[in-house]
Amino acid sequence: MSDLLSLSLTGARDALKAKKTSSAELTDAYIGAMEAGKSLNAFITETPDKARAMAKASDEKLAKGDGGAMEGLPIGIKDLFCTQGVLTTAASHILDGFKPEYESTVSQNLWNAGAVMLGKLNLDEFAMGSSNETSHYGAVENPWRRSGGDNAKLVPGGSSGGSAAAVSGRLAIAATGTDTGGSIRQPASLCGIVGIKPTYGRCSRWGVVAFASSLDQAGPLTRTVSDAALMLGAMAGHDPKDSTSADLAVPDFEAALTGDVRGMKIGIPKEYRVDGMPDEIDALWQKGAAMLKDAGAEIVDISLPHTKYALPTYYIIAPAEASSNLARYDGVRYGLRVDGDSLNEMYENTRAEGFGDEVKRRILIGTYVLSAGYYDAYYLKAQKVRALIQKDFNDAYQSVDAILTPTAPSAAFAIGENEDDPIKMYLNDVFTVPASLAGLPGISVPVGLSGEGLPLGLQVLGKAFDEETVLKVGGVLEQAAGFDALPGFLAGGK
Amino acid sequence: MTAEKSNLVTGNTGDWEIVLGLEVHAQVTSNSKLFSGAATTFGSEPNSQVSLVDSAMPGMLPVINEECVRQAVRTGLGLNAAINRFSVFDRKNYFYADLPQGYQISQFKQPIVGEGVITVDLPGGRSKSIGIERLHLEQDAGKSIHDQSPTKSFIDLNRSGVALMEIVSRPDMRSAEEAAAYVKKLRSILRYLGTCDGNMQEGSMRADVNVSVRKPGDELGTRCEIKNMNSIRFMQQAIEYEARRQIEIIEDGGTIDQETRLFDANKGETRSMRSKEEAHDYRYFPDPDLLPLIFSEEFVEAEKAKLPELPDAKKARFIADFGLSPYDAAILVEEQETAAFYEKVADGRDPKLAANWMITELFGNLNKAGKDLSDSPVDEEKLGGLIDLITDNTISGRIAKDVFAEMFESGKDAPTIVEEKGLRQVTDTGAIEELIDSVMASQAEKVAEYRSGKDKLFGFFVGQVMKQSQGKANPAMVNELLKKKLAG
Repeated sequence: MSDLLSLSLTGARDALKAKKTSSAELTDAYIGAMEAGKSLNAFITETPDKARAMAKASDEKLAKGDGGAMEGLPIGIKDLFCTQGVLTTAASHILDGFKPEYESTVSQNLWNAGAVMLGKLNLDEFAMGSSNETSHYGAVENPWRRSGGDNAKLVPGGSSGGSAAAVSGRLAIAATGTDTGGSIRQPASLCGIVGIKPTYGRCSRWGVVAFASSLDQAGPLTRTVSDAALMLGAMAGHDPKDSTSADLAVPDFEAALTGDVRGMKIGIPKEYRVDGMPDEIDALWQKGAAMLKDAGAEIVDISLPHTKYALPTYYIIAPAEASSNLARYDGVRYGLRVDGDSLNEMYENTRAEGFGDEVKRRILIGTYVLSAGYYDAYYLKAQKVRALIQKDFNDAYQSVDAILTPTAPSAAFAIGENEDDPIKMYLNDVFTVPASLAGLPGISVPVGLSGEGLPLGLQVLGKAFDEETVLKVGGVLEQAAGFDALPGFLAGGK
Repeated sequence: MTAEKSNLVTGNTGDWEIVLGLEVHAQVTSNSKLFSGAATTFGSEPNSQVSLVDSAMPGMLPVINEECVRQAVRTGLGLNAAINRFSVFDRKNYFYADLPQGYQISQFKQPIVGEGVITVDLPGGRSKSIGIERLHLEQDAGKSIHDQSPTKSFIDLNRSGVALMEIVSRPDMRSAEEAAAYVKKLRSILRYLGTCDGNMQEGSMRADVNVSVRKPGDELGTRCEIKNMNSIRFMQQAIEYEARRQIEIIEDGGTIDQETRLFDANKGETRSMRSKEEAHDYRYFPDPDLLPLIFSEEFVEAEKAKLPELPDAKKARFIADFGLSPYDAAILVEEQETAAFYEKVADGRDPKLAANWMITELFGNLNKAGKDLSDSPVDEEKLGGLIDLITDNTISGRIAKDVFAEMFESGKDAPTIVEEKGLRQVTDTGAIEELIDSVMASQAEKVAEYRSGKDKLFGFFVGQVMKQSQGKANPAMVNELLKKKLAG
């Protein structure tokens, strides 16, 4: 079984095509893995029956030599994507019992490509968090443990923590995630896997529970860069149901992985060398730059002058949009309702009980920054700074093809460690948020281990709708780093 | 602007001027809603026209209905207004059970249509220009129904997401009558354009009225907003009540609190709904789910070229081409169907005669019968047929009125009625002379009086002759022949 579970997405695809295994066999292995990995709490809902039925249908297609790009491949879906007839929670109490009558465009694209659904993955409530500790369904455990010592349970990062833990611990061959300020890239880094956030508009947001509409973007979490290329291709595409979806053809992302970065210019932004950044992160960053240089790229020092304003800007814009997006969870039409003597009381009771602390905090911040008298000082100013951050990137891309940075300022931390300090938690997103504000694509690739034996990732950022360069550079890093360390927990064993 | 004397209201401390500005919500005529594909038919089963977007299911996204945008642009052009080539949708955030998203998608800082002006027709053929401040597109909310259960409210989301145009006037109106004329003119323009059916009973058009009072020449007073007027008559009553209320408060030494008020049609008074302190902070911000609307000049020009002839242009043409009075022309152009009816009746006939018959007889009878022009028993052809009989002297105008009444009653055409009842006018000189002779013979004394200089008796003789003819004698001929005979 460990042989099947160790296959990458592209590896399994090739094995299925070559009839070395069947989707049923592969899917059964993962159903077993989900069972074995229950302690990670990566799944909110498992759908083994659905998975078996889908696998059977895939095998019929594969037998005839038919099937899509993802035919027969068992994946997990972040529980922020609405899935028809399957409980969809956003990891919130307020969506109790909510089974959508519709399927999100991205998950539908994946099913159309033949993918098999294993279940719905845990996340921070409404994708608000960087540690997967805000879930109503409990924290997710990172399959990795620190070497030598405390054996503390670690967070997988967030918000796509269930997705990252599942892919890392081999409970799913790959998973969907969403990234608003780093929610794909940061957990990928903390779990030693690959995660790409495509350009805003590359994947449809239709049917994805909204957190911050101008920032939310779906993407895959996978074991390898070529896996990410394969799965992103299946997820992406123009959708007339999402007005912000880009009407652009989806390139053949796998074909972009030429391994050739000779003559490319890679920018190293000086502003990302933040105060208090651990030396080992800085060292990893330099190591990554050296790898790309060795591969024939030119390393260029660049400046993104407004970087330091990115985090505060993000923590105004994202909560502002969230405060409005979450107004619909009012107990009137679906999900949790806690009755009261009047409509207002029902609202108060429902929302008080239905939302967790972090979600409430962000709704309050968002409501505050949009209020009369504060709008100009906060929201409007944040929008102006956002434009400056976008301009920083545009200027930089006049002289470089891609930008290399660390993904996160630290390795995985212990569950509970940052819980009482929201600011410290928000700092996890310091390297990922600027590209989110600019709508640009970014990938996190595992490049090395921390002193405590935990995975650390580097981030490659690219121009708008140039995921091909991002994947290409990411692929070269992956190749050069040869990251092959495995987490402490691995379904099916090592 | 100096105050018009006739509009002033007299209080205990002298004259007051009423200042009115209107926000009219007009439902856009379109098959589907502003941001979803759900249908918009009025009177459907509750919650039968609700899409996933309208009920704000998680992850649902709005997609703009291009037809609604086009309708708003057409309306802007019809209001002689500037079309903003760049406009933005904003979210207006508030909680209510019939507002599923928890926000209404509207336009706040950058509306689709900017400043314009319309000319309203006032009694006595006067007219006045009323400024339009802006027009913006927004979603309607659903409907809360509170009277079906003692403990629960029911929600109907059929209206949720329906496209509305909010048309905001300048505070240019000075009386309830002017406000009524403004709403009528606006409704007329929207109906001509086909962008709103203007049906106030069904809620397709509703007005919020901002009322304030001041001494002529003073700064604007504090205003109160009367919400959701869905009848012009009630709106006029509400304005008059509200202005009087404000004047009394100020004259008693009080001040007006800025607030939102509702009109109670049963009591004929307005009452407070919420004060300024209770007003919502709507936390407007640009809707990140939608892109700005951007129009090319070509698009706007193309829409302009497709506009129909609007009431003002039609009125001017009726005055110039048909010689109608401004008053009559204004009545005939108010509805496109009326104007079209009129043009058919007037075609090849005396246009003034046609106008008189429509306005006096046809409209008079329709009003009495409580019918619309569309279900009039007398159509264009039949009314034209009647006028033809008058013009060629087959019947007199006097007889024609009886014929019309019969036409309206039975739906028969004029020639049939004239034949059946033998109403054909007597134009035979011999026959009329016979009648005159007979009258003169029986009234010898009066004839003598007349001949001795009592000219006034002429009318008496005409009346007698007409009576003898049962009204059928041609009056002009009677006049002429009688004059000759009496002269001896």
